Formats: sequence, structure tokens, C-alpha cells
Amino acid sequence: MDDKIETRQLSFYYAKRQALRNVNLKVREKRITAFIGPSGCGKSTLLRVLNRMNDAIPGARLEGEVLLDGHSIYGSGVDVVEVRKRVGMVFQQPNPFPKSIFDNVAFGPRVLGMSHKVSLDETVEKSLKAAALWDEVKDCLGKSGLALSGGQQQRLCIARALATEPEVLLMDEPCSALDPQSTLRIEELMDELKEQYTIVIVTHNLQQAGRVSDWTGFLFLGELVEYSKTADLFSRPQDKRTEDYITGRFG
Amino acid sequence: MPVPRESFHRHLHELQDELLVMGSMAEKALERAMEALKNRDLGLARQVIADDVKINQKRFDIEEKCVELIVTQQPMASDLRIIIAVLNIIVDLERIADHAEGNAKIAVMIGNEPPLKPLIDLPRMSQKTGDMLRRSLDAFINRDAEAAKRICGEDDEVDNLYDQVFRELLTFMAEDPKTITRATRLIWVGHNLERSADRVTNICERVIYVVTGKMEEIGVSKY
Repeated sequence: MDDKIETRQLSFYYAKRQALRNVNLKVREKRITAFIGPSGCGKSTLLRVLNRMNDAIPGARLEGEVLLDGHSIYGSGVDVVEVRKRVGMVFQQPNPFPKSIFDNVAFGPRVLGMSHKVSLDETVEKSLKAAALWDEVKDCLGKSGLALSGGQQQRLCIARALATEPEVLLMDEPCSALDPQSTLRIEELMDELKEQYTIVIVTHNLQQAGRVSDWTGFLFLGELVEYSKTADLFSRPQDKRTEDYITGRFG
Repeated sequence: MPVPRESFHRHLHELQDELLVMGSMAEKALERAMEALKNRDLGLARQVIADDVKINQKRFDIEEKCVELIVTQQPMASDLRIIIAVLNIIVDLERIADHAEGNAKIAVMIGNEPPLKPLIDLPRMSQKTGDMLRRSLDAFINRDAEAAKRICGEDDEVDNLYDQVFRELLTFMAEDPKTITRATRLIWVGHNLERSADRVTNICERVIYVVTGKMEEIGVSKY
């Protein structure tokens, strides 16, 4: 199994506060990796570090390395736009642009220079199909993305992220604003998407991590305490802190 | 920080209490069946047979509770392993009770026939098995994998006693074919006890699973 992403001795600071401590992690290609842990443990920070979403935060500082296919994404001369094209992101709240469904999905490709109508049509259709939304919206592509239901909006955001043909998809609690049906829909979708994409998900829902992921990492106080195959982590965790967290024995 | 799951852990605790209750029911069945055989107490034998229904019911009640906890609480890690272990242990306890019921039925079958010989090694087997059973459940409650391993090792003692019983009864049969029916029945009793002790080693394996997360076969019985 190839490693798509690797972090080496990764530490991250928000001004004076250290959010990640010496994280060494290998994300397997075309697998789903979940990060779990209590609020403030650094799991979202870790996710955002993987496509440089934290760059713009004043005073933030990173130590160590983040490698994508073996190459540093923080090296000098690396194009951030290129990194984010290869490593897409879906957020907690569905956040479609106040534009048509079509324009939402076509947004990324247009920014990257695609203007040919036929290519755009193809890309939009392909992305919406991959996000399992095509059948529901194919007859109303001109409708506003905001008119869709929450679950559909989130799939639209996934389609938008897929439109730039990323290799990695980062998902920050993608289902926390969704009802159970839409949640299952997204989870099924993730299972389909991992044939083609490497997926990293942050979730507060341990059962969701259990259901969807192949590998799970438990973070606590900025430290990657335990990282192993999901079934192992949830049935026989090796570290007492993991055990205490997933059995609710904290506090 | 997640809220400690007090209510769930209280239920989990109660589940283990129920398991202990079922364990003592099985142990009592084992003990009383032997007493019935030894003292030719047909009333007691019939009681053991009748009580088996209660043990079977207890097993289903506990199983039901396990399912409920899995469905409603989505247990993980050691919590999950405890429930999986309980689900397995109740099957072993139920079988031990069935073996005891089998011995009670043999006591009824023997009825008031003249005894072949005073029973000495069979009660020893029964006592040893009961002792192993009680300590295996203690080991479960105390999460004591070392004790569980030791108890597994003691299965050899039961096997050796069974060997002895078997050889002795064989001699009876060889010397006087008229004893064959009575001797065969006693061999069945020994066999039931030997199987029961094997079931105890299964329980011990589950204790080790709860503690270490590893599923392993500890020592293979001769039979």
C-alpha cells in the first residue's frame, strides 16, 4: 500500500499555543482515514495543515514536514493553488456559493482556466455523478445551489471539490449538520469515492469513524496517540487514553 | 471531553452480575446432579432436570440484554469485548448445565439398581470442574488473565481422572459382562464431566480476550 500523505515530526502553533505535537502519520492511498478526539485535540488543525488551509492565520507556525507523494507541500516554490487543487476540502456546514448548481461545480475548473462549454458540461456532469447528485439535479442545473436540501447541498460541495480532479479529499465533519438519511448517503458516497480518491475525515461521531474509515487516528492534546486499522482501534486499542476516550471513561 | 457513560457502565455491571447468577445456577446443577447420583436421590435428579429450563431461559435473557446494549450503546474497546465475552460464556454455561442435566437423567435411569461400585473419582471430577468453573468466573470479574491461564492448565487433572474412571470401568466390564450396562452409564457421566471442564477452558479463553484483546486457544484437551 502506498502512502499518499506523510507528516514527519509535525508540530503546529497558533501564536503561542501549540496545537499539534510531533505528529508522524502516513495516510494510505485510496483509503479512508479518520481522525477522532475530543474538542481542541488538534484533529481539525491536522486536517487543515494537509492542504495549507492554516497559511492565512496570523502568527501560525509549522514545524516538520508534510509530504504529498513524497514531496513537501510547504517547500519553497510550491504553488498553494496547485496543492489545494490536488487536495480538496469539504467543510462541516454545506457552503454552496449563491450561484446555480452548474456554476457551483464549474467554479473550480473555470478558475483553473477551463472555458470550453463542452468540457465544462462534461466536468460538471461527471462530478455530480461522482457525488451521487446527478439524478436529482440534472433537470434543474440552473437552480440556485442554496435551494437544495442540506444533504444535497453537502453533496453539491463534494461535487464542487471533485470538479478540480483532486487526488485527496479532506472532509471536516461533513455530516454533522445532516440528518441520519443524508449522513448515510454521504457515507455510502465516501465508500464509492475511495476507489479513486484518498479521503481523510475528521469526525466527532465515533460510530461514523467506525463505519466509514479503514484507518483511524486518535488525537489528544495535539498528540497522535494511536493510529491503527479502524477495527483494531475500536476493538482493542493499545493506549489507555484511547480506551478511555472511546469508552467514555474520561472525566 | 465526552461525558462519562455512567448509565451504560451501570448496565454493563448489571450484565456481569447476571452472568454470575447464571454461573452459580450451572455450578449448582453440576453439584446436585452428582449428589443425586451418589445418594440415589431421584427427587433431586428430577429437580435438576426441571431446573434446566430456568438456566436456558437465563441464557436468553442475558443474550437479549447484550443485544440491547450493543444496539443502544454502540460499545467499543473493552466494553465491547466484555459483551462479546458474555455472549460466548453464556453458551458455555448453558452447555455445562445441559451436561449436568444429562447426568441427572442418568441418575434417574439407574434408579434403584444395585450400585456397581461406590462413586469416588466421578465426584472428584465433578468437584474439580465446579471449582474451575467458579474460579473462571472470578477471573472474568477480576479481569485476571493469568488466573484464567492457570485454570486452563488444570483441565488435565479432570482428563486424568476421566482416564482413571474409564480404565476402572473397563476392567469391570471385562471381568463381568453383566456390568456393561451400568458401567457404560457411568462412563457417560464421566464424559459429561470431562466436556464440562472443557467448557470452562473456553470461558477462560474469553477472560483472556477481555483482558488482552487476543483470541487464542489455550491448551488442547486430550479428548
